[in-house]
Amino acid sequence: MRANLNASKSASWAKDLNMIQPVIEANRLNLTFQTNDGPVHALKDVDLEIEKGDFVSFIGPSGCGKTTFLRVMADLEKPTSGTITVNGVSPEEARKSRAYGYVFQAAGLYPWRTIGGNIRLPLEIMGLSKSEQAERVARVLDLVELSGFEKKFPWQLSGGMQQRASIARALAFDADILLMDEPFGALDEIVRDRLNEQLLDLWARTGKTIGFVTHSIPEAVYLSTKIVVMSPRPGRITDIIESPLPKDRPLDIRDTPEFIAVAHRVREGLRAGHGDEV
Amino acid sequence: MKTVLSIGVVLGAFYLLWMAAVPVMNIKWEVSQAQRAGVEVWLPESGIRAAGNWQLLSENLHLAAGTYAQEKPRLPSPVQVFAELWETTVEKKITSKRSLIFHAQVTLSATLLGFAMGTALGVVLAVGIVHLRVLDASVMPWAIASQTIPILAIAPMIIVVMNSVGITGLVPKAIISAYLSFFPVVVGMVKGLRSPDAMQMDLLRTYSASAGQVFWKLRLPAALPFLFPSLKVGIAAALVGAIVGELPTGAVAGLGARLLAGSYYGQTIQIWSALFGAAIVAACLVGLIGFAQTVVLRRMGMAR
Repeated sequence: MRANLNASKSASWAKDLNMIQPVIEANRLNLTFQTNDGPVHALKDVDLEIEKGDFVSFIGPSGCGKTTFLRVMADLEKPTSGTITVNGVSPEEARKSRAYGYVFQAAGLYPWRTIGGNIRLPLEIMGLSKSEQAERVARVLDLVELSGFEKKFPWQLSGGMQQRASIARALAFDADILLMDEPFGALDEIVRDRLNEQLLDLWARTGKTIGFVTHSIPEAVYLSTKIVVMSPRPGRITDIIESPLPKDRPLDIRDTPEFIAVAHRVREGLRAGHGDEV
Repeated sequence: MKTVLSIGVVLGAFYLLWMAAVPVMNIKWEVSQAQRAGVEVWLPESGIRAAGNWQLLSENLHLAAGTYAQEKPRLPSPVQVFAELWETTVEKKITSKRSLIFHAQVTLSATLLGFAMGTALGVVLAVGIVHLRVLDASVMPWAIASQTIPILAIAPMIIVVMNSVGITGLVPKAIISAYLSFFPVVVGMVKGLRSPDAMQMDLLRTYSASAGQVFWKLRLPAALPFLFPSLKVGIAAALVGAIVGELPTGAVAGLGARLLAGSYYGQTIQIWSALFGAAIVAACLVGLIGFAQTVVLRRMGMAR
């Protein structure tokens, strides 16, 4: 009884800690790639805090380091200098404790596995029991509205459905953080709108912290609570915009003056980043 | 239907070409036999040895029919070859030394054993090459070098060495088969195991999957579509290896032994039927692998 009390006490403690501690915190982060044409500054002096439950978009032209930054968070790249913590620990520890799900630009489903089999992949690797796997697969398939497609192979699905399956795969092991690298970049406008809506809905229901790389201004403004504008050579943050838009966002919010104002500021930020070389 | 037709056309053309070549190749023997038998024949003044085949044939057209029914023709007619094939497969008991099925079965067992050994070796080498930098740098050049040595030169050495340590019969032949068949498997398997792209590898990294999990869940299934074409090449090479392995031993059984005996005694029909027997066996083996490929890839959802 007493132990239980203690446990619940420490749980609420952790909750408090989460409240004050950012989910992702980067301090003077630098990353330089050594290439044959000399060093490339992919990230220069990047500072950023992401709070729990934030939806953060990274936007900028290619070469601005937005994908690289996301990959640093995921421990797929190592920073050259500076510090970054994910859930209060190093990205490597966060990765090993499976703190995040990552969605790539391409769905990258295994052609030899069914949709259900693909979603089961991380669960198999993490050693969950068969019944637990089945239960989770069913749950995330429902979350991305793909119930009934469990036994289909990837090639039997459209591009948008495949990408939804890959999001389900990232959701399956219930990490608190979802990192998405231009997940809808290869899809057409109509499918993209629909998936954006679904993603917001999913975010509202799960309360996850989302890092989202995009090069579409409307997409960034529509989705985010925080928009990080980046510019290239060297890759750096030029503006961080806290979105004034309400959490509940129907698609036609994009015609409101508030939306247009935010989009304008993003565009200005992008232009400013390019200013010094034009 | 279309494939049947196109195969039929090619076969038909091949048959006609073969039939047309038979009288040209065999006319000299026919003419000299006729001359000995006292039949009137046309001969050039410089004698039969100097005569050209085309001229002999065009001047002795009445002898053309006989060229299809010689006992030891230079070029047996397709009818003779297939009659021989029929006789030595269907009409002979399988246990008979003259049964082609008996000989094919001897060669086939060496082929299959060698193919299994070669495939196992090839897969193991490929896994090593993909996972260990040392093997990557060292094995491939040797594997390529091994294939530049003429198999005819190395086969007798293998047989002799194996014999001297007391290993005879099936195994030395199988080793020669394995020697030929491991190579395509290594090449295909390395390519297949390396086929997952950076994104696929990154994905498993985000799950912090172990090297074993990466192998079993990603690399191996991704390699299978590459493995099967290699197996097709490999099993055909294994058959060639087994036949070559039968030549230097003066083997008494096997398709190679049939070929050798045929060439000792000038039994051209026997040689050709053994050649066709080998080709039919090879076609069946490759077809079998193709069937396995279809079944496996369909079960994996990769064949549509």
